Amino acid sequence: MNHLPAQIQDRSALGELASAIAVESRWMIADTAVMTWRNLIRYRRSPELFIFSTASPVMFIFLFNYVFGGAIPTGDLNYIDFLMPGILVQTTLFSATQTGVGLAEDLQKGMVDRYRSLPMARSAVLGGRVAAETLVSLFVACLMLAVGYIIGMRFHGGFWPGFAVPFMVAGFAFGFSWVAAFIGASVRNAEGAGSLMFFVVFPFTFLSSAFVPVETMPGWLQPFTSVNPVTYAVDLGRALSQGGVIVANAWPTLLWTLLFTFVVGPVAVWRYRRV
Amino acid sequence: MDNAIEVRQISKSYGKVVALENVDLNVRRGSVMGLLGPNGAGKTTLVRILTTLLRPSSGSATVLGYDVVRHARHLRSYIGLAGQSAAVDDLLTGRENIHMAGRLYHMPKREVQKRAQDLLEQFDLVEAADRSVKGYSGGMRRRLDLAASLVANPPMIFLDEPTTGLDPRSRLELWDVIRNLVSEGTTVLLTTQYLEEADQLADEITVIDLGKVIAQGTADELKHQAGSEFIEVTVRDAEETRRAAGVLSNFAENNECDINEEDNIASIMVEDGAPLMVQIVRSLDAEDIAVANMAVRQPTLDDVFLALTGRTAEEAATESEQDQD
Repeated sequence: MNHLPAQIQDRSALGELASAIAVESRWMIADTAVMTWRNLIRYRRSPELFIFSTASPVMFIFLFNYVFGGAIPTGDLNYIDFLMPGILVQTTLFSATQTGVGLAEDLQKGMVDRYRSLPMARSAVLGGRVAAETLVSLFVACLMLAVGYIIGMRFHGGFWPGFAVPFMVAGFAFGFSWVAAFIGASVRNAEGAGSLMFFVVFPFTFLSSAFVPVETMPGWLQPFTSVNPVTYAVDLGRALSQGGVIVANAWPTLLWTLLFTFVVGPVAVWRYRRV
Repeated sequence: MDNAIEVRQISKSYGKVVALENVDLNVRRGSVMGLLGPNGAGKTTLVRILTTLLRPSSGSATVLGYDVVRHARHLRSYIGLAGQSAAVDDLLTGRENIHMAGRLYHMPKREVQKRAQDLLEQFDLVEAADRSVKGYSGGMRRRLDLAASLVANPPMIFLDEPTTGLDPRSRLELWDVIRNLVSEGTTVLLTTQYLEEADQLADEITVIDLGKVIAQGTADELKHQAGSEFIEVTVRDAEETRRAAGVLSNFAENNECDINEEDNIASIMVEDGAPLMVQIVRSLDAEDIAVANMAVRQPTLDDVFLALTGRTAEEAATESEQDQD
């Protein structure tokens, strides 16, 4: 090893940047796949995580549908039809917070020192978390739709739009995972990240159209609820499953998702690399 | 180029806190360098710089000819790091942990599987290989951590306090593992707070304290720096110990004799012990003191640390802990 490989003879900053880009692009996908595999195994082996992300959403469906549902006026829609898109978005967002909690845990336990001393792509540690959470979100969304169907929810918007619902919900959760990753990489403490995440997700999901129509909320709250990205995502899910305005809700949802992915995402990777 | 590591005038500070100050270090290929110092001396900081986890504030360092800053990405393929907190995933099995590390070193799947099996055998983890790490003992976790860091057969390995917090038996087991590693030609840089550990494993020792290198050399050279040897005489009871001390102090370099009342041992510091032995026995005999045991003891690294810094390693560690608070 007396001779350095030719490609690293170039000692300029530009050379280092080029080599950084070469490593990232060459190994990003393979390394992200390894990290995704790791995180999915973790999911399967931690029952508390699995129950948190499957059983509790199902309980929420029953709670809202049978306890609160009768008291909430939803116009022409049955409450279960109104509820399902909302609860799907809420559940997958809460599940996506695990991206940040898990990342903070790795940072706390020193796992990250191992990763950072390996010749792997830096973005793969976050990418693997986000990818795994997105797959979990997709699974949970399908499971919840099945439960919803059993207790009376029906798709009134046609087959393909209905088919798209779980994917759209998982896609939105994917975007939000980057926000969670950013919080996790900044807080670096699993409990701290967890409780901070709760205070972020809670208002965004409840001050939205997820569980009750926005029109029933006080006027001073409505400016917030109507720009809230969760409202757009829920309304899009509702339009896809029940029929209604798809495009007007689709582009803000997409815009928020892209913003999370391509603006917050790189910032999160940067935060992680700064550790 | 015979050095695996060359460190030139490395400093690292965090704001006003100086963690390392103008550290120089050379580590020969195929040797074991022991980095010895109390808690908070800067050992881990140096390891983090050499493994590309931290950038130095000033100075430069190469590992295997790669600059740790400019060639960080390439260097990572050739080094292994087993850290202070065993970086293994609790929910994965031992085999999966090694497998994951191998895949992230970009080894082909087949090769990783074979290598994982070899390592599990070598590190006595075969039985536990397919159980999740959650149930592993502290020693097993360290061995697994070490195995994972060796998966790509790196020519250079960094062990940051590999045995801290282990029970004596696990420590001895890990020492064996490290010795095997060295016999296969791997260069090892090992940090430790245990003087005995450096003595046992390292070809050369660098003592660092408060971010500075305060001594460098083989264990024998360092002991020589402490200057002296000790003669220890064990007698039968406390009364004889006191009388023996009276006799011995005449032979001592500093005319002082330490008494260990519990074990009835009187000991003195001398320049060169062996030639004095006969005279001492005669003098004790003349006083009618029966000698149960008598030995020339080389100074331990504890004595060395005391001679170098004016405090024992334990005191130094307590101090820096207080600093950190």
